[in-house]
Amino acid sequence: MFIYDTLLNRLKRGCETMAYPGGPAPALPDRHGGALRVEAAKCPVGCTACVAVCPTEAVTRLLPQPVALDLGRCIFCSECVQACPTGAITQTGDHRMAVGRREDLLLGVAGREQLRLTGALDDKLRRLFGRSLKLRQVSAGGCAACEADTNVLGTIGWDLGRFGIQFVASPRHADGLLITGPVTKNMELALKKTYAAVPEPKIVIAVGACAIAGGPFVGHPQVNPGAGALLPVDLFIPGCPPHPLTILDGLLRMLGRLEESGRNSQTNRNEP
Amino acid sequence: MSRTTPFALLTNSNALPWADVPEWPLPEFLRHVGVELDRGERLSSLFGVPEGAALRLVAVLAFDAGNTLAVARSQPFSGSFPSLTPTHSQAHLFEREIWEQHGAVPEHHPWLKAVRQDHGAGPAVGEFFRVDGREIHEVAVGPVHAGIIEPGHFRFQCAGEDVLHLEIALGFQHRGLEEALAGGPHRATVYQMETVAGDTTIAHATAYANVLEALAGTEAPLRAQWLRALALELERLANHTGDLGALAGDVAFLPTASACGKIRGDFLNLTALLCGNRFGRGLVRPGGCQRDGDADRLGKLRERLEIALAEVQQAAVWLWDAASVRTRFEHTGHLHATQAAEIGLVGPAARACGLVRDVRFDHPSGWFRFAQVPVSVWPDGDVFARARVRWLEIQRSGEFLREQLNAAPDGEMRSPLPALAPDTLAVALVEGWRGEVCHVALTDRAGRLRRYKITDPSFHNWTGLALALRGQAISDFPVCNKSFNLSYCGFDL
Repeated sequence: MFIYDTLLNRLKRGCETMAYPGGPAPALPDRHGGALRVEAAKCPVGCTACVAVCPTEAVTRLLPQPVALDLGRCIFCSECVQACPTGAITQTGDHRMAVGRREDLLLGVAGREQLRLTGALDDKLRRLFGRSLKLRQVSAGGCAACEADTNVLGTIGWDLGRFGIQFVASPRHADGLLITGPVTKNMELALKKTYAAVPEPKIVIAVGACAIAGGPFVGHPQVNPGAGALLPVDLFIPGCPPHPLTILDGLLRMLGRLEESGRNSQTNRNEP
Repeated sequence: MSRTTPFALLTNSNALPWADVPEWPLPEFLRHVGVELDRGERLSSLFGVPEGAALRLVAVLAFDAGNTLAVARSQPFSGSFPSLTPTHSQAHLFEREIWEQHGAVPEHHPWLKAVRQDHGAGPAVGEFFRVDGREIHEVAVGPVHAGIIEPGHFRFQCAGEDVLHLEIALGFQHRGLEEALAGGPHRATVYQMETVAGDTTIAHATAYANVLEALAGTEAPLRAQWLRALALELERLANHTGDLGALAGDVAFLPTASACGKIRGDFLNLTALLCGNRFGRGLVRPGGCQRDGDADRLGKLRERLEIALAEVQQAAVWLWDAASVRTRFEHTGHLHATQAAEIGLVGPAARACGLVRDVRFDHPSGWFRFAQVPVSVWPDGDVFARARVRWLEIQRSGEFLREQLNAAPDGEMRSPLPALAPDTLAVALVEGWRGEVCHVALTDRAGRLRRYKITDPSFHNWTGLALALRGQAISDFPVCNKSFNLSYCGFDL
């Protein structure tokens, strides 16, 4: 009795969608590390240990100025965290990383130790998109990891549909683009055409280190340094790839659908 | 091995001095390669190495039955070379790539066009194979696809619903990986290797690590080899589970589609338990592994693995029990074993045509020298067979992990990597979840990388998808495509 078995099993399993954001956020893996925090005041004089190990030149220090970390370029390899002799760069374990302005990912100087999370869209856009946001996804040199962790939001565990967010099959149906990959030269034209085909008003979301700044391929002549080089970006979600929770947090935060805001609210992050 | 060959032989993940690689005049080189391919050997890689203004060709053949790899090179030449493709289809894309990368024209190549470069106009702009006739129509799809998928262009020649021919034009994902490796390894190299194909991070990173270790004349500590094998099978479990779910989704069988979408994530989270990243970034490094697991962590891994395996078992039972799935999977997207062998198909797609072909079995390296995984084969060559092989492999990988989690060798996780030997060639094959990942490295006089050639399994297998579509209804393209689930960026590099 095949069909009854299937139904019975489904009933037994119950609802598998997580409680978040109504309940606590699911735990990040304990070795994930989350967002980084930089306290340049702790930097020893003349030290560039972090700069020497960073694979994407996300960490820079023009002596005698303090160290600067660009979380947009960062692929979260944690080499700098390990190299730092004074603990000036640390992992916060925080999954929330989405920002609305590129410069909000630049960390370092006093008062800018951490990234500044995005606020919600303005009232007009929120009225339009707050309860129904249709996105067209364009992979433009993405390695399939950002794509996979965006895709996973559509599965039963995350169930993106409950927020009215959906990925659609045509730019004509879309309110905006979600871009992954550094935007290869070979995808430039296709991306521009897709953007042009989305009706106004429209938003652009850059997911992952590649889409924000070129990622591990920054400087290659075959790629652009991220989507921002070609299009106006409204939301930057760092990571390599960003954890699905980070992407979801960014989308909901932009739509003004998360109660808490700011840096210090409690999240449940410890691995069970 | 009983027969003789003029090629230099080496086993997987080993190196030999460049001077010891047999060197023949170009016509003789091509003749020798042809003779071995006629004997049924496999072309793992064929590429050019610039020599001043001239060019050499290097061939890496896999003697699967003999468990050895064979390499040879041509003397430097300029201009064109006679194409192997008309007689040996396996050379088809390799020769196009050589033409694109070095300008050497393979004469009488039947379909000479760019593989990835756009020459200013976009990769899919240019001539496509066309079928003419009053009843014929052409369908163009991509590069941007209707979903969260990488970009590529598909051009179908159709008579009504039936596909007469499919041509696949890629290159949209080209990030300049190989070009950037010259003079390396650089600081970003290992991170780029982890993103050759982001869903195959462990396989590509392991191949890279094996190549560098071979060039440095060392081997990773046993415990690191063990952990790499665990991570490789976890990668296979996650991707195969995702594929079963996606295949179920494409024939509108939602119970398995929903369940597998979630379970795939559970497997990815097991990799994240090891290294913090769901795709295994930061785990494998030349010289060993960057992370270790204590008994507590491995216990947790085992516990969660059992749950995920039980769940995927349930989801698979639903799938195989459903007559509606069976009728859609069977006889769809059929590929003959002879075609598969001719085009050099690899991985689950090849095993689903009945070919017994698996790097873990044929060319074991690392931990697979001590712990074997049976080769999973199904004879039919259709979507059903490709799904079935994945399911068999999920079970075998699950068994492997159960056994090996209890067999951890003690010791270090990482040892320092000595300097790379100068003027040396190394080859590493790894059976990624899509099939054979092949990395070949050649160092220069100073021990830096002079040429690095990456061959993702997708490079061999996209042709298989195109052939499987012939005579198929165009509406079956999605399920056929999913049954191969090939990498765009792994191909485009």
